[in-house]
Amino acid sequence: MVPAPFEVLAKRRRTEDTWTFELQPRSREPFEFAPGQFTMLSAGGSGEVPMSICGDPDEPERLVHTVRSLGLATQAVCEAEPGQVMSVRGPFGRPWPLEAVEGADVVIAAGGIGLPPLRPAILRMLARRERYGRLVLLYSGRTPDQLLFMEDLADWSGRGLEVLLTVDSAGPDWLGHVGVVTRLIRPARLETENLVAMSCGPEVMMRFMLSALGDSGVRSDRMYVSMERNMQCGIGHCGHCQLGPTLLCRDGPVCRWSEIAPWLGVREL
Amino acid sequence: MRMLDELIADTPTFAGLDPAHLELIAGCARNEHVGAGALLMREGEAADRFFLIRRGVVALEVDAPGRGPMRIQTLHEGEVVGWSWLFAPFRWHVDGRALESCGLVAFDGACLRGKCEDDHDLGYELMRRFAAVVIDRLQGSQLQLLDLYGRAPASA
Repeated sequence: MVPAPFEVLAKRRRTEDTWTFELQPRSREPFEFAPGQFTMLSAGGSGEVPMSICGDPDEPERLVHTVRSLGLATQAVCEAEPGQVMSVRGPFGRPWPLEAVEGADVVIAAGGIGLPPLRPAILRMLARRERYGRLVLLYSGRTPDQLLFMEDLADWSGRGLEVLLTVDSAGPDWLGHVGVVTRLIRPARLETENLVAMSCGPEVMMRFMLSALGDSGVRSDRMYVSMERNMQCGIGHCGHCQLGPTLLCRDGPVCRWSEIAPWLGVREL
Repeated sequence: MRMLDELIADTPTFAGLDPAHLELIAGCARNEHVGAGALLMREGEAADRFFLIRRGVVALEVDAPGRGPMRIQTLHEGEVVGWSWLFAPFRWHVDGRALESCGLVAFDGACLRGKCEDDHDLGYELMRRFAAVVIDRLQGSQLQLLDLYGRAPASA
């Protein structure tokens, strides 16, 4: 897969270290992708980094990424300015099973920077709202000012997504929930019989969240996670992202929890 | 109008209790309403009461010098506020503040401790159930301490 040049059209700061970029292919050809897929993104010659797409799948003329500066490659991306060119390979990977879960209630459990990979799925489900039962977002962050897409959350609430937020700690101005994300399960009053869960966030958070949802009665084969490992080639050849029998860049990043959970318990992997 | 023992029995912490025990517990309880901002408990003061939230939200806070009150957990309908009444030295570890107008069931902790001394079956049940509350709060605190959403070391 040959990298394609994409121009930075717009850049927006989300938090002190997180930015959203709108990119446009130099070719002007639409960049079709399925919610949950990722690209290999590079800026300034600092190497590639796997990055989930967070834009609207019904607007393929723009590629949107939300990037947190955590290392050399992501730092280079975050330092890019409008007009600069990035290189993009993809889209890669298995998406969220949005068509397969039509008719079900869907609970979306996101933590921190785990919301961007779920954003295209939320936008797609809201665009086809009549095909789903209840749509519930349980979103957790470190502090209120670290929560992403707050303006989107208000919009989504008005379009049929129930939104429950919690943070790990807050000052007196925050009137929402404070505590771990699993504590949102009870106030969400989920009916688990026809419920599907989709989760993305820190691996520990997903482990506890899906365990708690399982305790509430959600079947593990109806829970999906977006996994992150050391993706490099993006097409299942190099093996860097292997987790047990799964090559996450090709067979993931979206995985069924019942298939991936046993491997997360193996500490050396 | 529902009796206090029915209200109490309809919450996770007290569900399934023997009716005679529920009656004993309800004998130490009364309904209370507090306005937004009311302080239900203050760190360091005697923990002689605890609460069951019927309606509203209560925040657990720690006052940090120079930073003001830091909110560490919020508690909601059906949840218990306070376990220090059951364990020595019977002092609050945090502040508890109503974030909005709250309907509460307030329990006299000293009254209940006395009944637990007289009836060890009741004492065992309450100890077991409040241990679960403590464990839930402890596990939540452990996850919060991990700072899952902070800046993890990464190569990317």
